[in-house]
Amino acid sequence: MADIPQLQKIASQVRRDIVRMVHAVNSGHPGGSLGCADFFTALYFDILQHDPQNWDMNGTNQDLFFLSNGHISPVFYSVLARSGYFPVAELATFRKLNSRLQGHPTTHEHLPGVRVASGSLGQGLSVAIGSALAKKLNGDNKLVYVLCGDGELQEGQVWEAAMYAAAKKVDNIIATIDFNGRQIDGDTDAVLPMGSLEAKWRAFGWEVINMNGNNMTDVIATLRIAKTFTGKQKPVMILMKTEMGQGVNFMMGSHKWHGVAPNDAQLAESLAQLEAMGDY
Amino acid sequence: MNITKYSEDKDTRGGFGEGLLELGRKNPNVVALCADLTGSLKMDAFEKEFPERFFQIGIAEANMMGIAAGLTIGGKIPFTGTFANFSTGRVYDQIRQSIAYSGKNVKICASHAGVTLGEDGATHQILEDLGLMKMLPGMTVINPCDHNQTKAATLAIAEHEGPVYLRFGRPKVPNITPPDQKFVIGKAVVLKEGKDVSIFCTGHLVIKALLAEELLAAKGINAEIINIHTIKPLDEEAILKSVAKTGCAVSCEEHQIAGGLGDSIAQVLAKKLPKPLEYVGVNDSFGESGTPDQLMTKYGMDVDDVVAAVLRAVGRK
Repeated sequence: MADIPQLQKIASQVRRDIVRMVHAVNSGHPGGSLGCADFFTALYFDILQHDPQNWDMNGTNQDLFFLSNGHISPVFYSVLARSGYFPVAELATFRKLNSRLQGHPTTHEHLPGVRVASGSLGQGLSVAIGSALAKKLNGDNKLVYVLCGDGELQEGQVWEAAMYAAAKKVDNIIATIDFNGRQIDGDTDAVLPMGSLEAKWRAFGWEVINMNGNNMTDVIATLRIAKTFTGKQKPVMILMKTEMGQGVNFMMGSHKWHGVAPNDAQLAESLAQLEAMGDY
Repeated sequence: MNITKYSEDKDTRGGFGEGLLELGRKNPNVVALCADLTGSLKMDAFEKEFPERFFQIGIAEANMMGIAAGLTIGGKIPFTGTFANFSTGRVYDQIRQSIAYSGKNVKICASHAGVTLGEDGATHQILEDLGLMKMLPGMTVINPCDHNQTKAATLAIAEHEGPVYLRFGRPKVPNITPPDQKFVIGKAVVLKEGKDVSIFCTGHLVIKALLAEELLAAKGINAEIINIHTIKPLDEEAILKSVAKTGCAVSCEEHQIAGGLGDSIAQVLAKKLPKPLEYVGVNDSFGESGTPDQLMTKYGMDVDDVVAAVLRAVGRK
């Protein structure tokens, strides 16, 4: 059984990391990062079968995770560090010169835990499918997880990948959409309404599950259910409802904090709302 | 000089298909992906013999590049196949981020490059692909000249760790590379030694340069002919050594002059050995429908164009 209170504490610390990281360099993307903190925490501290201490690119006989919407790198870096991929202190180098923690995740600086560069949107699902195919060829029965943004679904390549995975029965992949309904210029329904995502993914041949991405109990339960759907000839999609900025009250309810860093006062106000386990 | 031919005329894409099949038999990690052009790329033999290692992606080149990048995670060596236009310009950002910047061991194999694609016209005749690909950090760029060299290059790039762009084409051309000639990435091949001019040629222009040689000899010009099959990394040493001897150079390629092999050679010469350089290639133009031979003539990439460029280069010495 997952220790839900403990996971919630970790998620709170991850949120502290996020706001402190973007504040330190006055740049980065806190909104989506905060919204996905519970999902990342659940994944890296409970769901994934992985070996952070012995990381290598191929990840043979381990579950793999790919971040397609690379701009939420702060949450990715925080959970990677706190689950043991690299020293937590290195979070202080985020977006600074000569850092392995680039603005968007990359393999170029050999940061453990990152298997492909992302940032230019729409590409991660294809890469995840490729790695899932490699696992099948290798007789490796572990799973491939991938997270995409909802605004990212406006990129055509996502739908090429969606079509392919269903047609070719890539059933060792669990994709998740961060369904927060917001993108840089506003609500997704204002920028480019996408209709029913559930209907679209079902029509493309995916198994679709809904999840409350800001409820740890539901996240854990849903990710476990998702695993039971793998190996059944269909790719699995979790539509994860989240609130952009979740956990910091003044960042919630708007798209404004997609890519804006808090100032000193806002940082203090944020941290006052988030329980600490131990800041870097 | 006497041009030795090792078979009847054959297409370079056929050399790729043969090489890929041989790789499939030799290396279980080699996999192939195609975007609905299996026959055109001559990948059908591989598909037939290794169906579980062949991925028909459909008409979705962006997805193909991403899947190829992902397949490397787990140790596969993916060879993607489609036309050069759809292998480069159409998917430039996917190659840039998911393959080149990510350092993935993907072999991007591209047929029907240049105007020798022929009747399909300019939409399909990419003349910018070498430039696009050579600009990407860490990308190896190869443009072999005939069937045998394309096969040898296909085998060689599987042994090379890192992303590669392998460019070849549609028409049947003289097969002038010895079948047992090992392909060394980045190592130019001297086809004929000479003392008056260095002709650096690549791809389908290699045979044009060889054919020009006899016409030049009749004019008293002793040309050195060097096949630059690897555009990047460029064999600077071979270029400098030859030009130091001949005092002038001509670059020949089925590509835009801007951004192609000639530009790479110009950089080397400008920095280390400033000597006259003339270009044979397409001058800031799209192609059009026609037969390959007609198009090579109209767009300035025929034997006469090589001769004329040599005369200009020699005249500037």
